Amino acid sequence: MDKENKPRKSPNMLGRLWRRWDTRLCLLVIAAYCCAAAYGELVYQVSRLADRTPSYNQVHEASRYVPPAFVRVFDAERRPAGQPLYLLGSDNLGRDVLQRLVQGARIAFHVGIITSLIAIPLGVILGCLGGYFGGRADSLVVWLCATVASMPGLLFILAVAMVVGQGLLGVYLGIGLTTWVSVCRNVRGEVIKHRSRAYVQAAQVLGYSHARIMFRHILPNVTHIILIAFSIRFPASVATEVFISFLGIGVQGEPSWGIMINNARLRLWQGVWWEMTFVTLAIFALVLAFNHLADALRDLLDPALRTEQA
Amino acid sequence: MVPTTFGVLVLTFLLFHVVGGSPAEVVLGKNATAEALALFDARYGYDKPLLCGRWAKTRAVGATPVATLPKRGGTGLRRVPIAYALPPGTYRINAGQALLGLREAATGVEDEALVDGPAPLTFAIRAGWKASSLDVGGALPQTLLLEKKGSGFFDSQFVRYVTSLLKGDLGVSSEHGLPVARVLRGGVAPSLSLTVPILLLGTLIGVMLGLLCAAWRGGAVDKMVLILSTLLMSVNYVVWVLAGQFLLAFKLRLFPIWGFESAAYLVLPVLIGIVSGLGRDIRFFRAAILDEVYKPYVRTAQAKGLSGSRIMVRHVLRNSLIPIVTYVSLSIPFLFTGSLMLESFFGIPGLGNVSLNAIHSSDMAVVRAVVILGALLYQGVNLLTDVCYAWLDPRVRLG
Repeated sequence: MDKENKPRKSPNMLGRLWRRWDTRLCLLVIAAYCCAAAYGELVYQVSRLADRTPSYNQVHEASRYVPPAFVRVFDAERRPAGQPLYLLGSDNLGRDVLQRLVQGARIAFHVGIITSLIAIPLGVILGCLGGYFGGRADSLVVWLCATVASMPGLLFILAVAMVVGQGLLGVYLGIGLTTWVSVCRNVRGEVIKHRSRAYVQAAQVLGYSHARIMFRHILPNVTHIILIAFSIRFPASVATEVFISFLGIGVQGEPSWGIMINNARLRLWQGVWWEMTFVTLAIFALVLAFNHLADALRDLLDPALRTEQA
Repeated sequence: MVPTTFGVLVLTFLLFHVVGGSPAEVVLGKNATAEALALFDARYGYDKPLLCGRWAKTRAVGATPVATLPKRGGTGLRRVPIAYALPPGTYRINAGQALLGLREAATGVEDEALVDGPAPLTFAIRAGWKASSLDVGGALPQTLLLEKKGSGFFDSQFVRYVTSLLKGDLGVSSEHGLPVARVLRGGVAPSLSLTVPILLLGTLIGVMLGLLCAAWRGGAVDKMVLILSTLLMSVNYVVWVLAGQFLLAFKLRLFPIWGFESAAYLVLPVLIGIVSGLGRDIRFFRAAILDEVYKPYVRTAQAKGLSGSRIMVRHVLRNSLIPIVTYVSLSIPFLFTGSLMLESFFGIPGLGNVSLNAIHSSDMAVVRAVVILGALLYQGVNLLTDVCYAWLDPRVRLG
């Protein structure tokens, strides 16, 4: 009896995702990346505070292009003594690929989280204002959305990154300031649905302020859109960052995945396959896990959204 | 459409003229002299106020605090280091006293003029003369501000920007020294030859697979295609290009690696373009078609005894065309701006390649032009799409 009377709203989402084997795998993968990113941040901060070259940027001239450890096991000649383990091999300057991958995860999480922190609040606030007040405020929001939406996607991001200046800040702003539109449209649509519901009218009759109704009453009912938006935005931002850094406009001097791919691609022709393979796999696994999780979340939370957000 | 076009102009203006700092500094570099910067500004109209106003700041006086300026013995005046001789025009300075060292360019005659009064002072330099030195005194502010008078209240950078765009003038490329329109013109055809096949073939394949999925929804084919599309979506674009170039062109030697000489050079980029977009496309088309599959008219058609394929193609597909057309039409503007990655990697001299080079060399005018063209095309296409709705669905009326 108790079980059946549980309110249908606010389902324990994590539990429901955990129950399915595929989404559980996704959660585990994402948790692993989180740990890697946190460890990477720790390494980065420690070496920054100690003011020394971090281990992932240390050059070992003697051990350039060391194949991954599991290849060397079968190949006794290529196992030089007295050098780091190089579990996933080393690159053209003898730097450990695994450590650089971990740093790449750190940067990817930075980008994914910070761009979401720019785009989602912007979209949510504008969407709430437009949807709730309607009229002229709504026209303004719609106009803003239409204007930004008509900018040619990637080129506009690159232009923002170029104008703001090369480096992570340009990437954050470039992606964050151009991708809030879809969040805003979804939130606005949902808020419009809620605007005329009884509970909102009741709150209005009680004389609550507009801000309170918007953010304390309506917003909790549209959180699922925010959650879905995050799960879509995160992998998209990571992929875009890889692209921008690959082009040399994004991250400078730090081992972002895009920069690693750019380094690795020149060596690929000479048979140095490991750096390329592992970076590719690292990006693929993270993006796949997030994409699949986003699908599952969408199915769980909002069947109506499924068609709009392809 | 007009408000959004205006919005695009405002946004690009803000981005390229305000946020990006001075265009002169971007183009000429950090080490350029103030005089070169001022000349550049005067040439392209960047010496005018941003939005509106009569006065605009000049580059002649730096941001040194007044207190540190050297005093000239006896007079109580302070020597202001000016970066270049002030050209003729009307100026305003926020000081109580100003002593100008004037020089007539043609004859070399030198003269001095003292301006006195309540701050800010206004003075004019006659045609043919230049002010080569400046001393200030009287009531002095913290930092000096020397402004030049424009020709009218609305003679501003923004108005100039909008009017020149309305005339079709996209500016001059700092990299090539040519009008931007001429730089871009050559890139349209290569871009289209790459992107049109991608769009047509990609849509065709996507719609066919979407139909297959919807026809056998929940079945093995559907699941396979769905899993495949999620996998396809998760591979980074960069990886597609590199893997295609390395495996198919380099290892297997199926295609030429780089260049733009014959149709054979386009096969691989087109293939990569299709595959990299397919995941998203299939999922969208499948969802759009599935929205229709459960409608009553499908059951009616089944009851009439029509074959499954006829229902799917003639009835369901026809009705799901609206979302599909919307989706496809939104990618039409990007046909022109081209594919940044594919073009630069396969050496196709299209607009994507041009704009990527422009970004690398900070060629603001070209980047700005491509962004504006892309945005305007997007809006034009949006309008056409609305017209298409009425044609696809007679119930839609154009108001």
